[in-house]
Amino acid sequence: MSVRRRHEHTPQHRRSLGSTADAGQSCIHRVYDGECRADRPGPRIARHLSSPDDTVISIRGLRKSYGGFEAVRGIDLEVRRGEVFAFLGPNGAGKTTTVEILEGYRKHSGGEVSVLGEDPEGAGRAWRERIGIVLQSCRLDPYLTVRESLELYAGYYRAPRPVDETIELVGLGAKADARTGGLSGGQQRRLDVGMALVGDPELLFLDEPTTGFDPSARRQAWEAIAGLRDLGKTVFLTTHYMDEAQRLADRVTIIARGQVVAAGTPEELGDRESLPTTISYRLDGEEVAVETRSPVADLHELTARAVAEGLELEALEVTRPNLEDIYLSLTAEGGEDDR
Amino acid sequence: MSGLALFAHQFRYDQKVFWRNPASVFFTVAFPVLLLLIFATVFGGQTVEVRGGIDTTAYYVPAIITLSVISATMQSLAMSLVIAREDGRLKRGRGTPMPAWVFIAGRVGNSAVVAVLMLALIAAIGGLAYGVAFPWDRLPQVLLVLLVGAASFCCLGIALTAAIPSQDAAAPIVNALLLPLYFLSGVFIPDDQLQRRHPLLADLFPIRHFFEAFFAVYDPGSAGASVEWGNLAAVAGWGVAGLALAIRYFRWTPRGG
Repeated sequence: MSVRRRHEHTPQHRRSLGSTADAGQSCIHRVYDGECRADRPGPRIARHLSSPDDTVISIRGLRKSYGGFEAVRGIDLEVRRGEVFAFLGPNGAGKTTTVEILEGYRKHSGGEVSVLGEDPEGAGRAWRERIGIVLQSCRLDPYLTVRESLELYAGYYRAPRPVDETIELVGLGAKADARTGGLSGGQQRRLDVGMALVGDPELLFLDEPTTGFDPSARRQAWEAIAGLRDLGKTVFLTTHYMDEAQRLADRVTIIARGQVVAAGTPEELGDRESLPTTISYRLDGEEVAVETRSPVADLHELTARAVAEGLELEALEVTRPNLEDIYLSLTAEGGEDDR
Repeated sequence: MSGLALFAHQFRYDQKVFWRNPASVFFTVAFPVLLLLIFATVFGGQTVEVRGGIDTTAYYVPAIITLSVISATMQSLAMSLVIAREDGRLKRGRGTPMPAWVFIAGRVGNSAVVAVLMLALIAAIGGLAYGVAFPWDRLPQVLLVLLVGAASFCCLGIALTAAIPSQDAAAPIVNALLLPLYFLSGVFIPDDQLQRRHPLLADLFPIRHFFEAFFAVYDPGSAGASVEWGNLAAVAGWGVAGLALAIRYFRWTPRGG
């Protein structure tokens, strides 16, 4: 269940799926946790007065093969400074392969990749000073305390963020001297984010930060991530949860089977006209469900006939597709579970 | 930070982690002490037919130091690196500006310090409890053999991680390799054949060579006190092979996923 309330879509936000046009305008109108973003000026508004150096990540025609298998088949995307960018797809869509290429862990087989102006493949220490990485799964050293874990990582950077400040930033003040082995899953993930932030990077990679979490741990992690945008960090978030992308991201790119299937703001992707509406009812004990693209006319016809014939349509319901349905319809075709 | 400062930083935290981990403290520090006490109690007062006959305790002190050094280096490194690799910590560390060598150097430095501490601890127990004098006059030779052995077994430990697929497999694989070799190499059971020159199965492996080299410089009864270069070269050869395998096959990313 999403906490976020939406403003009505204004006509200029009704872009088609697949549009990659600048979504800055619609973001400003977003309401997040009941707080209107329009009240908060700063980097988020400055962002869409964009200049070319505002591109933090740029990918053109990215390809990656393992033997004969092509995990990534020509991905294009661009991430701008200061935005939370969600990279969404089911397991095996090529998300982790792509993000590991961006992080410099893997080589790519084709296309162009630029992260902070460099190809991650040959990037050195100076480049690593500018990025922070939170891996999909990483068990932190259970014998170090929260503070020691952060001190250890702070020591790897030339100009780290103060450790105490970082502890407060991820909300672990009360646990600063606790060993990490005793932290809950959500707390460990926040520390993990803290260890990526302690180097004060410009760009942060978060790979499926809440996979396997219970709802409360998930919420905690979300709060930590939402806080990152206020620090002006650029965040590249991979996830397979539509609600996570919807809740956290300024822009979303959805991939399936190694290719981009949709891109845009959460509002644009949530444009409900791309999928049919379902009219369902029960007649003589039988469940009937009709998918239609003209629900008003069809509903009118249906109820008129029912009234004329004196029939009761039990449990009559009109259901518009939710974001999850849209996401599933985009990623389900073909269906095979590759990597 | 300079390379040296980074190394010192990493080493400090590796030390904390080592001494706080009950498993590493038990198997690397307490277990060898326990073995020495047990062996000395069970076999003490008997004579081993080496160099015209020495007391078993004089045999066991260098034997257990040999075991301690291997435990602090090869065993401890292989276990802790596999655990860190599978937990994703090695991969995470590679995502920071820290150079790869600093991470390895921190661990190796930790092993070296623990190895020297174990030499001091076992030698002290040997001297105080069993009257096995430390060969102060041969301190440089003792340290040389220890250094070559520690470095070689560190390389072998790092190389061995490539053959260990998971955390659960680490202890069985390491013990299945080391325990039979400790028996074959005369570390556990006093071996009258020590110092005799006919080939043994254990000569194919580095542990016996290391033990013989260490015994020769440690045993107060050995005359001339020269370093057994042949044995030492065999240990170093294994170390170089381990280094080559480690450079070729060591991996930072989890194998389990």
